[in-house]
Amino acid sequence: MKHDPVDVLIIGAGASGAAVAWSLAETKMHILCLDQGGWMNPAEYPSTGRDWEAKFYGDWSTSPNVRGRPEDYPINDDNSPIKVVNFNGVGGSTVMYTAHWPRLHPSDFKVKTLDGVADDWPIDYDALTPFFEENDRMMGVSGLSGDPLSPLTHPRMPPQPLGLSGPLIGNAMNKLGWHWWPSDTTVATMDYEGRARCINLGHCTPACAQGAKASTDITYWPHAIRAGVEVKTHCRVREILTNEHGMASGVVYYDKDGVEQFQPAEVVIIACNGVGTPRLLLNSVSGRFPNGLANSSGLVGKNLMFHPYAQIYGFVKEPTDSNRAPPTCLWSKEFYDTDVSRGFVRGYGIQFGRGAGPVFEAVASEQKGILPWGADHHRVFRKLNGHRLAVSAICEDLPEEHNRVTLDPVLKDSHGIAAPKIDYTISENSRKMMDHGLARGREILEAAGATDICMNNPIPWGGWHLLGTARMGTDPARSVVNEWGRSHDVKNLFIVDGSVFVTSGGVNPTSTIQAIALYVADQMKQRLANLFD
Amino acid sequence: MSAANELTSLQRDDLQTIAAMIVPASDEYKVPGADDPAIQADMLATLSRDAALVTHALDHLAHLAGKPLAELDTAQREAIANEFRATGGAAAATLVRVVLQCYYRDDRVLSSLGLELRAPFPKGYTLEQGDWALLDPVKARAGNLR
Repeated sequence: MKHDPVDVLIIGAGASGAAVAWSLAETKMHILCLDQGGWMNPAEYPSTGRDWEAKFYGDWSTSPNVRGRPEDYPINDDNSPIKVVNFNGVGGSTVMYTAHWPRLHPSDFKVKTLDGVADDWPIDYDALTPFFEENDRMMGVSGLSGDPLSPLTHPRMPPQPLGLSGPLIGNAMNKLGWHWWPSDTTVATMDYEGRARCINLGHCTPACAQGAKASTDITYWPHAIRAGVEVKTHCRVREILTNEHGMASGVVYYDKDGVEQFQPAEVVIIACNGVGTPRLLLNSVSGRFPNGLANSSGLVGKNLMFHPYAQIYGFVKEPTDSNRAPPTCLWSKEFYDTDVSRGFVRGYGIQFGRGAGPVFEAVASEQKGILPWGADHHRVFRKLNGHRLAVSAICEDLPEEHNRVTLDPVLKDSHGIAAPKIDYTISENSRKMMDHGLARGREILEAAGATDICMNNPIPWGGWHLLGTARMGTDPARSVVNEWGRSHDVKNLFIVDGSVFVTSGGVNPTSTIQAIALYVADQMKQRLANLFD
Repeated sequence: MSAANELTSLQRDDLQTIAAMIVPASDEYKVPGADDPAIQADMLATLSRDAALVTHALDHLAHLAGKPLAELDTAQREAIANEFRATGGAAAATLVRVVLQCYYRDDRVLSSLGLELRAPFPKGYTLEQGDWALLDPVKARAGNLR
């Protein structure tokens, strides 16, 4: 079935799709967004039930392969030590994230110039500054201005309370003389734009029943829809078609009943994340684009960056916040910048974890061998439960072409569309960085008096940040999109998600992804008269 | 077919026996073991997507034991349990997780831990502000942002 053409078709209603839709809405163009998932129902979120922790291992797992909701597509990540985690639905992975909200640093945009590795971005931090600010206003950010080692931000809400865990971490960091600071988060610490303040449900990552955590289904989308943007849910795009001029003509998708549809469009914007976007481009083959759409460089799917997480944790005598607080509240940038004496280039941010709930603690500690079976189980569990502190080094992953997303020759989703396959190895530079992070983490935990120290190196289900697989650049031979997000090959095709990252920085990327989406939208608005030139 | 019916009588017996080995009852802490009938019923009623792996784990356990686990003496059971943990892979890990996730949501167990018997939402929890003066040393150090 063929529909009337739209001016702009956005594929994906997550972090970047929502931002670009909202920004473009003021043009009054006919904008349609297709998402393979549906609208979320907070009444069904895990923290509403007594089995809230158990759901994390099933219907609310961070892994689409475990979760297996109809909205999810399978991912073959057998050949990767880091497994992909995501969420599919309106809001995308902002429904299921920790709301930790750092930005890339100015130095992150010029790593070639500063450190002689990878490539500089074609844009710099200053180009994104107004869009970081606009995005922070839309998402609603809490935090404390004045961090001496982070880009200056202006959170509109006060930081999360330190609670019980914060002072334990802060004192340890002060003993070591190392930087720490309350993290910017998209957890509302006061009522904000229709969102109720955080009441410390604790189990923030798999969706916030209170609505205090910003996800784009409750931030951007209500505004975008009021401004005229249309969202169609449970519509999975199979491929982007092109016309005789080499321009995108629209998309083929399966509707909620599984019926194949064609939606024509003047402009197509992809916002499917660093795995979904290359998958879609590689599935969009034609005689004109035999290696996939927008892939004359051969770089679609290559240079996948994850941010390997090196996590170390231990148990203190004092009670910690356990599950009774948002999981992260503090960060450190002590080891963010390159210091070649460490044996690696670039660096890592540190996220501190406040603790865990009883089921998670029991399961994780049993698996690590520190919680015994038998009579001593109860004594040991009482020593561990409610006493956990965690330190995670989020390591800058540098782009390497052999780390890539391709199409699996066998695995398919429920509509018969080829699933993505991940081939990824952790580089020597990243390994050294992770080891450094673990050693520093151990010092922090020991300064806090922690014992029974364990580590996850890497966190296996830690592939939250899906970056680099359709990189931005000025050279069509070395990049997939130009410096304002337009495909070099297909002049009415844009990409606005984490795929366009040139390098990854050492911080959670969602703030920067959305700032880039707003920046691309702004560039489009400025160039509407000659958008395809 | 309900999850309870997905396990045979022998499998249910072995599940109960191994659960008691993982978390036995304790007079000291005034808690039931994971073999408690109510906790076992919770496991069976909520096996759901874990049923296949738990069944596989119990088959493996039965293979190792050669007879109902409860009929072995203590030393034999412990030897079998050690081998089960060493060789059971993802299935064994799933079985242990199912036992623990049902045990640590039982009212009697949570009460013993001093935890409230409720879902986090809608009441939430109160968090102390803490002493923000802890940041003074950080503020005092000069920053050098690149």
